[in-house]
Amino acid sequence: MEITGYLLQQFINGLQLGAVYALIALGYTMVYGVLRLINFAHGDIFMLGAFIAYYLISKFAIPIYLVFIITMFCTAGVGYIIEKVAYKPLRGAPKISLLITAVGVSLFLEYFLSLNAIFTANYIGFPRPFEVVNYDLSLFTVTNIQILIFATTGVSLVLLYLLIYRTKQGKAMRAVSYDQEVAALMGINIDRTISFTFMVGAALAGVGGILYGIAYPQINVFMGVMPGIKSFIAAVLGGIGIIHGAVIGGFIIGISEVFVSAFLSSTFRDGVIFVILFLVLLLKPSGIFGKRIEKV
Amino acid sequence: MDKRNMLMQIRGLTVNYGAINALNDVFIDIEKGEIISVIGANGAGKSTFLKTITGIVKARAGSIELEGKNIHGLRPDRIVRLGVTMVPEGRRVFPDLSVKENLELGGYTLRNGALKKELFDLVLSTFPRLQERLKQHAGTLSGGEQQMLAMGRALMGNPKLLLLDEPSMGLSPIITREIFTLIRLINRERGISIILVEQNAHMALEHSRRTYVLENGRIVMEGKSGEIKGTKSIIDAYLGV
Ligand SMILES: Nc1ncnc2c1ncn2[C@@H]1O[C@H](COP(=O)(O)OP(=O)(O)OP(=O)(O)O)[C@@H](O)[C@H]1O
Ligand SMILES: [Mg+2]
Repeated sequence: MEITGYLLQQFINGLQLGAVYALIALGYTMVYGVLRLINFAHGDIFMLGAFIAYYLISKFAIPIYLVFIITMFCTAGVGYIIEKVAYKPLRGAPKISLLITAVGVSLFLEYFLSLNAIFTANYIGFPRPFEVVNYDLSLFTVTNIQILIFATTGVSLVLLYLLIYRTKQGKAMRAVSYDQEVAALMGINIDRTISFTFMVGAALAGVGGILYGIAYPQINVFMGVMPGIKSFIAAVLGGIGIIHGAVIGGFIIGISEVFVSAFLSSTFRDGVIFVILFLVLLLKPSGIFGKRIEKV
Repeated sequence: MDKRNMLMQIRGLTVNYGAINALNDVFIDIEKGEIISVIGANGAGKSTFLKTITGIVKARAGSIELEGKNIHGLRPDRIVRLGVTMVPEGRRVFPDLSVKENLELGGYTLRNGALKKELFDLVLSTFPRLQERLKQHAGTLSGGEQQMLAMGRALMGNPKLLLLDEPSMGLSPIITREIFTLIRLINRERGISIILVEQNAHMALEHSRRTYVLENGRIVMEGKSGEIKGTKSIIDAYLGV
């Protein structure tokens, strides 16, 4: 009984972390889908989401749902600008130029925002928007933070699903990720679709940033680095470019990390994720749901 | 030629890929309701020619006029909206989408539901084989069916001008014949003009009114298809037994 309860508790904690990774991984995978680019700046958009929410909560006492909406709009805007300024001029350029640019954008965001005049490089306490409440369900407990995370992630996934599979814009996104040239021949505006995809990915990363800030209330301009890498690995694990793969991958990574911390040692929590990456690349480079390996 | 009957006029088209010259000073025109063909060997520049019309490839020099309006330099999606659609070489249907979804994507630009419905019905009556396979993934269709789907998808865009890049590629002679019969049908029933690009010179000459012969990016001969068919150099180079 005891051990079952502990296992379940860790599982819930793993789901909590996994939900955040899933939200970030979606952006990697969608952008990869339309642009065949690993957007290394994506983890930094997640970080920006946390900072924007930090300012909204601490400087303006606005309701939490408005924090989500405003933050999503802001990160979507940043995603749009990054794409316009950094990636769009490189259409048709070799992939490696895009990749190097992505690394550059990431470093720029981290070091520019770490200036003392801006966010500084210090850890900042993220204000709790509400009191934490524990609900004891006999075998394990859930917090209202976890409920918020699961509910928000659930709603985001449903909305994303409807967007991608039920709207014209979603149809365009799918067509562009299948075959950009043919999508253009269908009358789809490629550049607009790419911009839109960046915005959706960035909005989801923004949501991830808020949730992360609420759950692990210490934020810092470099906080996007490790979750960014792990979410990228989650996307690779699920099969890069595959929407549900990113979600499943995110949960697997989050749960693995928490279980390793709980049963082995938290020293290995990052290491195990790289072992997973190593195994995926060795055994099934196209990921769990991947059919074929795309050439990058 | 009567200007009012002219659908597209292409003048002095020159296209380079880096240092490679793919098209050189190409002049081609097509009248409303006409089928013309462009024949040539591998690497002659046929696909490049069609891709330049659709805006996928940018020309270095020259002009492309659709009903008197220059469309050269427009984005591909703008050109589709002006009534030029293409069936790409190798068909390139969306393999993981159903036949129906492929056709719907072809009608992506249409706002008018009634027109969409009309075109959808037209496609299914033209290609009854697609009707039975609407729910099937496009990747599981045979080559001939995929060609029909790619043509149906292009028709869904409500074109004035349909560009076909090697419709006979990889198809048996019987299916090729069927496809060409359907191309004629589309042209006749809907008055859609067609530019047909082919390595299969027999079929192209047989089913078009006029033909241009492309070699190393240059037009080396043009004229009525019937006359070209009888030219010795063409018989030797393209129709040899
Ligand atoms: N994207 C590209 N980059 C560089 N060169 C290209 C590109 N596309 C085509 N070429 C070159 O341009 C020339 C014309 O190619 P194109 O594909 O237009 O020929 P084609 O007549 O369609 O040939 P095929 O019958 O084999 O389809 C060829 O020499 C080809 O190698
Ligand atoms: Mg070709």
